[in-house]
Amino acid sequence: MMGRTIFIDPGRCIGCQACVSACRECDSHRGKSMIHLDYPDEGHSVASLPTVCMHCEDPVAPCAEVCPADAILVTADGVVQQADTTRCIGCANCVNACPFGVPKIDLQAKLQMKCNLCYDRTAYGLAPMCATVCPTGALFYGTLEELQAERPGVQVADSFTFGSTTVSTGVAMVVPADKVQWPVPGGLPVVEINGRDVR
Amino acid sequence: MTATDPNRALPLDPSLAPPGTRNFRDAGGIPADRWHADQNGETLVPTHCCFCGVQCGMYLRVDRGGKVFGVEPRNHDINRMRLCPKGINAYQQVNHPDRLTAPLMRRNRDEEFREVSWDEALDHTVAEIRRIQGEYGNDAFGLLGGASLYSEKTYLVGKFARVALKSRHVDYNGRLCMVSAAGANKLAFGIDRAGNPFSDILLTDCLLIAGSNVGECFPVMTQYLWGARDRGATLIVVDPRETAIARTADIHVALKPGTDSAFFNAVLHVVVAEGLTDEAYLAAHAAGWEEVKATVAAYPPARSAEICGVPAEQIVQVARMFAGADRAMAWHARGVEHHSQGVENCLSIINLCVAAGHIGRPGAGYGTITGQGNGQGGREHGQKSDLLPGGRSITNPEHRRQICEIWGIDEAELPPAGTSMMEMVWQMQRKEIRGLVGICNNPFVSLPNYATVKDGYDTLEFHAQFDFFLSETAANAHVVFPVTVWAEDEGVMANAEARVVKHNKAQEPPAGVRTDTWVICELARRLGAGDKFAFPDSRSVFEELRIASAGTVNDYYGITYERLEETGGIAWPCPSTEHPGTPRLFENGRTYHPDGKIHMQVVEWHPPMDPYSEEFPLSLTTGRTVAHFLSGNQTRRLGALVEQTPRPWVEVHPSHGFRNGDPVRVVTRRGSEVFPALVTEAIRPDTVFVPYHWPVPTAANALTIDALDPRSKIPEYKVCAARIEAAERIDEVPAPPTAPGHQAYPETQVSRTDPLPPTSPQGRGTAERS
Ligand code: SF4
Ligand code: SF4
Repeated sequence: MMGRTIFIDPGRCIGCQACVSACRECDSHRGKSMIHLDYPDEGHSVASLPTVCMHCEDPVAPCAEVCPADAILVTADGVVQQADTTRCIGCANCVNACPFGVPKIDLQAKLQMKCNLCYDRTAYGLAPMCATVCPTGALFYGTLEELQAERPGVQVADSFTFGSTTVSTGVAMVVPADKVQWPVPGGLPVVEINGRDVR
Repeated sequence: MTATDPNRALPLDPSLAPPGTRNFRDAGGIPADRWHADQNGETLVPTHCCFCGVQCGMYLRVDRGGKVFGVEPRNHDINRMRLCPKGINAYQQVNHPDRLTAPLMRRNRDEEFREVSWDEALDHTVAEIRRIQGEYGNDAFGLLGGASLYSEKTYLVGKFARVALKSRHVDYNGRLCMVSAAGANKLAFGIDRAGNPFSDILLTDCLLIAGSNVGECFPVMTQYLWGARDRGATLIVVDPRETAIARTADIHVALKPGTDSAFFNAVLHVVVAEGLTDEAYLAAHAAGWEEVKATVAAYPPARSAEICGVPAEQIVQVARMFAGADRAMAWHARGVEHHSQGVENCLSIINLCVAAGHIGRPGAGYGTITGQGNGQGGREHGQKSDLLPGGRSITNPEHRRQICEIWGIDEAELPPAGTSMMEMVWQMQRKEIRGLVGICNNPFVSLPNYATVKDGYDTLEFHAQFDFFLSETAANAHVVFPVTVWAEDEGVMANAEARVVKHNKAQEPPAGVRTDTWVICELARRLGAGDKFAFPDSRSVFEELRIASAGTVNDYYGITYERLEETGGIAWPCPSTEHPGTPRLFENGRTYHPDGKIHMQVVEWHPPMDPYSEEFPLSLTTGRTVAHFLSGNQTRRLGALVEQTPRPWVEVHPSHGFRNGDPVRVVTRRGSEVFPALVTEAIRPDTVFVPYHWPVPTAANALTIDALDPRSKIPEYKVCAARIEAAERIDEVPAPPTAPGHQAYPETQVSRTDPLPPTSPQGRGTAERS
């Protein structure tokens, strides 16, 4: 069962980027934001959704698995940490391995950076900065029970397929209650959005 | 109590606070577990955001040297930790390199500014006031205040104009904000404020949002919307654009700009036709219902559907959904208020709420969403041309007498009502006003019809401006006084719920910077009215304000700094120090009119002031983006916000044949400017949208019309006739002005000339990206 984690509800996102600004303010990577916003249906709708590290569980963190320098630590509670600065060689293997497009490389510093679930905050029982400030609750931090108490009937998914590979994640995504799909297609070509053929 | 309990009310049951935040309570400004304080030796000062009318609580992080260096979310019951990007980045302006730190002066506009001593700047200003008033009379010198000022300072602005300047000409930039709603509320209910607290949204069954892009303008309010929807409430959004909130609404009415009252009259028509009115409530509490009913009979859905450009069925659906709900609420903002019929638009919404009996109950009522932090408080205590402290009318002899007694002046000395902000600009053009002091406002970006505004200000013989950054308007002045930012002084603001909150001082002002209070009192002293302005600080002004408001509708008497610190905010009226405040109005059915009734007002729709023609077939409408605040004087200097939204754009429907990023010239009867196109289906084909936070040559307000609502005198920002055409190049975004010797903040230059429209906010990009 999922413990305290981030739940992403794209249906609520208003694209305000408070999460992006808040991430910059977080002490662990102060000045740089580890979140980006995606606009899945540009020009047709104002929909947006935040991308944070999904903290993959199975297979355990592809980014960490491919790291030749063993720089990416996965903690016992499932948090995939940012690369250890003393080990990271800036090779960008992790960037290529991540199915969600999360890690970033600072080419000048030859360092990888990624969301570490605000470990400096969550370790003290605080929510990550992004989920704390998100005005709409599109980013929610807590347990599934807490989420369902606030949002009756909400359904979430925590596994995603990319071709023949399924990835289970520590971070979960809210999915339409009447259309629960297990797992949620991640890397498959998108053919239809809102009933519109986008091939 | 469960999450679905309809009776849950804010302050929320702590178990409903966002999980993970529980150790982080408001405990005397320090998180309960003190980890932060121990770790870095920093202190957290509890205060509120300086920007919009939500007034989110936040902590400012202050380092050992006493400097503000960061922000930490605060579990205040308005926002429960949430902040929007403006709030998160607000602290960066406190020690920003563009801050003005010495008075600037020049004898005429051809000269460069030079830094001068406070004495020289004040003496010169006083000499100019004396000269102009001596030659042309007291009313030739005007004062324009701002709704970002603490209420104490707005009280001082009104008192300074009438007592020290002895001029009738005082007004404020809240005139550009929510005065239409204020006027409508006063007419209907005898009180000028929202009827319900935000927390009532959580209890409603149907929420109607009209003319408000809540997601971008009041992002933190969206948590209340979602809270209501989690309980099953329906959402109706009335807006020409498909905003982020409209995207998920049950009904999105994309009406043509400037047709709101035709729409709401038709909704009321259906409500009557379908027998959904609350006749018992109307009989007991409303006056004027028969006349209103007779008027809306002339607005069948078919007629309004044609005027508004929406399907008639939508009108019927909205009527059934809103009036058929047990408890429904209507919230509106500038989209219905910024019109030459702004007051009427608001009244047509009030008529609907009253006729359906949705007033004065938990989850049922109305509210206006204030744009500026102190848009509500800013006019309550005499900064508006026709109001005296406590919302008293300047034309009412009894009110005048009361205030003169408090101020210790002779009644004959108290000037009559003045004119509104835009009218004062016209008076400047006509040389009726020859000198002006502007306090924390930026009309060069915020007023409509820039050419007229520039002409008016250029005609002034003397112009002084208070600000902490050199705004576009200050850059045109003769004297600029460097004053404090919000975190360097304490004071109160009233948010959109009329909840008075206290802002605290987090750091000492930089050397050379003074508080607005000090500057106003010093000017008064040098003008010979020092005995009436012996205020050492905000607290002393607040004590006089409390007394000056006692016994009025806007009663602040029971509110003290200590109580505000204990409670996190008190809604006025609050007549005694034991009184809990009044978050919800009209619970007993009584209004603030002497007869206790709701005075329903007849509303007839009339077309916008700028007529469409073959040459100008489209509607131009304007609004905000989430990253910027009003004229952008503050937010256009903060790197993260500039990066998020570096420049304005024009939103056009794909049917016009433009591609994303194409240079598009927007032409109106006042001028033309070129913006990159943002091609999107989220806007009506007959409407274009430009956000207004930038100065010329990328200013929406170079194009908008300076027509005013006859009652509220609010400009018609939200609709004017326009056309669009292909252009050659895109106007570059000018950097904000900086004082001599100040380096422009390098981060503010990020992407400033990038011609592509931003993909943010809200992903309104195009389908094809070239
Ligand atoms: S803060 Fe929340 S609503 Fe705003 S962009 Fe991020 S996820 Fe979306
Ligand atoms: S701008 Fe408004 S919504 Fe954003 S943080 Fe400030 S008060 Fe809150």
